Amino acid sequence: MALQTAGNSEQMSEWQGSLDELKGLVSERAITGETMLLNMGPHHPSTHGVLRLLLELDGEEVVSCLPDVGYLHTGIEKTIESKSYEKGVTLTDRIDYLSPMSNNMAYCMAVEKLVGLEVPKRAQIMRVICMELTRINSHLVWLGTHAIDMGAMSVLLYAFRERERVLQMFEMLSGQRLMGSYIRPGGVWRDFPEAFLPALESFLEYFPPRIDEYERLLTNNPLWIDRTQGVGVIEPEKALAWGMTGPSLRGSGVAWDLRKSMPYSSYDEFDFNVPVGEHGDVYDRFYIRILELRESVKILKQAIQKLPAKGPFRSEDRKFVPPPRSELGQSMEAVIHHFKLWTEGFSAPDQEVYSAIESPRGEVGVYIHGTGGNKPRRVHFKTPSFMHISAMPLMSQGHLIADLVAIIGSVDIVLGDCDR
Amino acid sequence: MSVPTAIDPVEAVKKAFPQAVEDVVEYGGETTLVLNPDYVPAVAKYLRDTPGLIYNFLSDISAVDYYPDYNRPGRFGVSYHLLSMLYKRRLRLKVYLPEDEPVVETVTGVWPGANWPEREVMDMMGVDFKGHPDKRRILMPEDWQGHPHRRDYPLGYEMPMFSFNVDEIIKHKPRAKE
Repeated sequence: MALQTAGNSEQMSEWQGSLDELKGLVSERAITGETMLLNMGPHHPSTHGVLRLLLELDGEEVVSCLPDVGYLHTGIEKTIESKSYEKGVTLTDRIDYLSPMSNNMAYCMAVEKLVGLEVPKRAQIMRVICMELTRINSHLVWLGTHAIDMGAMSVLLYAFRERERVLQMFEMLSGQRLMGSYIRPGGVWRDFPEAFLPALESFLEYFPPRIDEYERLLTNNPLWIDRTQGVGVIEPEKALAWGMTGPSLRGSGVAWDLRKSMPYSSYDEFDFNVPVGEHGDVYDRFYIRILELRESVKILKQAIQKLPAKGPFRSEDRKFVPPPRSELGQSMEAVIHHFKLWTEGFSAPDQEVYSAIESPRGEVGVYIHGTGGNKPRRVHFKTPSFMHISAMPLMSQGHLIADLVAIIGSVDIVLGDCDR
Repeated sequence: MSVPTAIDPVEAVKKAFPQAVEDVVEYGGETTLVLNPDYVPAVAKYLRDTPGLIYNFLSDISAVDYYPDYNRPGRFGVSYHLLSMLYKRRLRLKVYLPEDEPVVETVTGVWPGANWPEREVMDMMGVDFKGHPDKRRILMPEDWQGHPHRRDYPLGYEMPMFSFNVDEIIKHKPRAKE
């Protein structure tokens, strides 16, 4: 698409391109050159990756905003069709690289639903611990980058200091800081190492005062309030109609959290609140995530109490889950299962399922259609960032470019999540 | 405020649109309503607005390609995943579309948020949505040929480059056009 700035008439006369493609997408005033068309991104620090926004500007005011995505499209859904179900897990990490465990979980839940695999109690609680740690991890990155977008430099450093401890815990679990692929169909990859729970407990002691620190920096900061309150308002009806989920929807006052409303993985046994905003502006979306950090700490504390001391950390159904290494020396059956699962993988029926979880950003849904063989016919990820970026024009109309930066930050987009 | 009791979506749709429902599939605790493609927006609107159903939220639209040997009514299957926040349940609408003319009417009039998911299906699967307001490609570049998520579209790969084959590979690398 040949898109250039059409600011003054002199440039217009030199420029040979055509704006015909944009008819109906931008206003008539942009076609005549009365308003300006400006590219924001794909290389722009506040677009959190490679989001390109085509802005129609009247002075500094945004008249319309056309998001253009796809720069980070890696064909994960296509690649997964050529992998066995277990191998697909590693690709799901790369979709939303700030909350890898949530994607693992969404995918594994869909696979388990497709083949009818039960997950033991202990594994469910372990998964809750992983997902809530991921939520803290993701919200900390969001908090730091959102604040730095708006000119509050120091929050990033504090947020990343705490995130480092979460990443170290992930490294304990899976050997990887970011893309752990720790959650597998049937449970988790391995048991918690001995050092993990003490590290988690000390983190939970250390972390709540740090949230107070962030709040001291931002929550009542008059500059922060001026920049965020009343900016990027989206009404609850519109947010629902445009498919928004997660904190961005709750900021508009809709109390919808899949953990509470349609519980999975034993979330119904936990006692936690779902923070809900009322104005649907940038500030509410910000404050909800701060409160969610506290709720995550609450869930994690309960999860440590609830975690059964003994029990399997993954399903014992050998048709789907490989046997532990120790069995291989003693049992011929185990050797057969091991060989079969690591060469061919398990088969799933020619059916379709959809399963969704509440990721830090909103509803991550996975649609899997089996073939009857060991590879899926189709895997589709419904990702929150994709829907949120599609609703961006609604939130940004009539605001200044500087506010647009706040709006992009507040819906917490990850472009890997959007483009897959 | 009293909430009307939930009613069975399958029975309700069968009653309201006798010709629309072609099949009902239950699997893994999910209900799939296979519809005649002509009825999609009407059924969607009915499911959204009828008391007792209120499927107010469109979670996802995705498409699957049954190529090469399918024993189904059409090559493409388009699924609409609806969610009723009031009754906390989900429903899948599904249509089968023929290979030569995969067209279904858009549901952007019912849920505006269907805009991008439908664009994605158009882009990646080559299914056309009649009446969609913005038919540009979304994930692939706009001059891209073909629809990558079709099953007859090959999964590409890149040869690892070594000193012995570097010239050969560079010769075949796609270059930006002038």
